[in-house]
Amino acid sequence: MKILVPVKRVVDYNIKVHVKADGSGVDLANVKMSMNPFDEIAVEEALRLREAGKASEIIAVSIGPDKAQDTLRTALAMGADRGILIKTDATVEPLAVAKLLKAVVAAEAPGLVILGKQAIDDDCNQTGQMLAALLGWPQATFASKVVIDGTAAEVTREVDGGLQTVAVNLPAVITADLRLNEPRYASLPNIMKAKKKPIAISSPADFGVDITPRLTVLKTADPKARKAGIRVGSVDELIAKLKTEAEVL
Amino acid sequence: MTTLIIAEHDGQTVKDATRKTLTAALAIGGDIHVLVAGHTVGAAATAARRLAGVGKVLVADDASLAHDLAEPLAALIVALAPAYDAILAPSNAVTKSALPRAAALLDVMQVSDIIAVVAPDTFERPTYAGNAIETVRSSDALKLITVRTASFKATADGTGEAVVDAIAVAPVTSFSRFVGEHLTESSRPELAAARVVVSGGRALASAENFNAVLTPLADRLGAAIGASRAAVDAGYAPNDWQVGQTGKAVSPDLYIAVGISGAIQHIAGMKDSKVIVAINKDEEAPIFQVADYGIVGDLFEIVPALTKALG
Ligand SMILES: Cc1cc2nc3c(=O)[nH]c(=O)nc-3n(C[C@H](O)[C@H](O)[C@H](O)COP(=O)(O)OP(=O)(O)OC[C@H]3O[C@@H](n4cnc5c(N)ncnc54)[C@H](O)[C@@H]3O)c2cc1C
Ligand SMILES: Nc1ncnc2c1ncn2[C@@H]1O[C@H](COP(=O)(O)O)[C@@H](O)[C@H]1O
Repeated sequence: MKILVPVKRVVDYNIKVHVKADGSGVDLANVKMSMNPFDEIAVEEALRLREAGKASEIIAVSIGPDKAQDTLRTALAMGADRGILIKTDATVEPLAVAKLLKAVVAAEAPGLVILGKQAIDDDCNQTGQMLAALLGWPQATFASKVVIDGTAAEVTREVDGGLQTVAVNLPAVITADLRLNEPRYASLPNIMKAKKKPIAISSPADFGVDITPRLTVLKTADPKARKAGIRVGSVDELIAKLKTEAEVL
Repeated sequence: MTTLIIAEHDGQTVKDATRKTLTAALAIGGDIHVLVAGHTVGAAATAARRLAGVGKVLVADDASLAHDLAEPLAALIVALAPAYDAILAPSNAVTKSALPRAAALLDVMQVSDIIAVVAPDTFERPTYAGNAIETVRSSDALKLITVRTASFKATADGTGEAVVDAIAVAPVTSFSRFVGEHLTESSRPELAAARVVVSGGRALASAENFNAVLTPLADRLGAAIGASRAAVDAGYAPNDWQVGQTGKAVSPDLYIAVGISGAIQHIAGMKDSKVIVAINKDEEAPIFQVADYGIVGDLFEIVPALTKALG
């Protein structure tokens, strides 16, 4: 079974982004970019399934600028077998990403697609669900445990009240949550080896997918700022402030 | 213009999240219908009639909807969609799973987690862990929207004149199957709706401490308990207590952060709280930058003292 893992190049999670003064977006010039953290978890899960003999090949796919090759190289250094870059400098919304991924699925016929639950730049939390819909496949989102048994997967999901376990027949779409695993670091020899692994490059037009955005971003602004308040010296002072000043007790 | 709201309910009552979503729907304008989907949801449907400004309550009561699986709910939304200009749902684990699935089937780009309605086709939503607020206009004829309920006030109830319509649910063939669930037992207020939240971080150092230190304070304040990702990852608290960019967004009157450093991902989920208190032994901890009241010191001394002083 092949596993397809979509990986997105995003601003590193340690960076606090700044909104451009003219409101046209966030300033990403000279900012550290990394693989979306949830996608690292997805890659790790695919690697573990291969190591457990449940998968034969892992293909990482990214939609983004030429630089997204770095993100694919990270996935290859972790252990993915090959990469696919669908190159575009345009902003590609989750719906269009899902359409492109559907085309990749048609060409590669994986038994499983594991995505991150959410990209930490757009915070959409949509792509996996959309891909499952377009493929007519079952979905198991927000996974914290995946057990593959022959032609089905049992997936434990993080839901609002706790955990839910569902079973899906393969092929299926799974999205990774934080507790699924702890991704490995790529070792130096593996980083070297990854340089020789193949990355196939294509464009959205090759798949006949219209990526015109449906949402127009009219403006990007700073959030309402919160002022730092005061330090209190004792719990009695705190309680007094909460009662008389903040009036929340 | 007609809007459909997907109700959050527990079979018996309609959750506050639904009333907050209603506030967003009222800002969009036009007629409003509410969908109550699930299995044996009659009481919740009756409760939904009382929502102010709602003309019709659609009830989809079917065994296939019992466990909130995404596939049958998405299919139901797709079947109902032609009658609507907008479909709004409170952003929760169920709708986050089902609505994008419906959106793709309808060829619509969903607008996730709106925090304000600017115009019927224009909304504000946070991106980059809440560090940038985008104003986006949707060009899709049908709008599919999840609402960040922490950003809207709940409506008061009306007189209950809404018409109730039973909806037939078409069978959905073999998709995900429910196997089981492990729900966090708690008699506390729900995290997303609580007036007071006490949250603990990595500094609690064990599940025993987490419980022993925070529960008495939360009991005293009638508070829900939250946690940082680090506390959840380490197993001190269950996953559904995580507050933050990729957990729950909360906006209580009072949020008490105990031994939490204040990473941007955590702050993303709690900075809309009315009053924030931080207890941390590191006076440089970033949590103090968003706290109204900070105490620098050892939580293992301060929290028990606070609980005691509250009496
Ligand atoms: C993709 C992604 C998503 C994430 N999503 C979330 C999310 O939704 N929510 C979230 O919370 N995090 C999230 N995180 C994690 C986030 O980046 C931080 O790692 C996390 O919030 C840190 O948790 P913490 O503050 O409990 O731990 P730490 O950062 O380790 O802070 C512990 C704090 O306790 C203080 N302390 C220690 N001992 C004591 C004591 N005895 N008394 C008082 N204070 C003490 C320390 O000074 C320190 O400030 C995410 C990260 C990633 C990469
Ligand atoms: N441009 C992209 N390239 C590759 N994968 C993507 C891209 N955008 C989204 N994804 C995948 O979809 C997941 C969810 O993204 P989103 O729906 O944008 O929050 C991510 O974690 C990735 O696995």
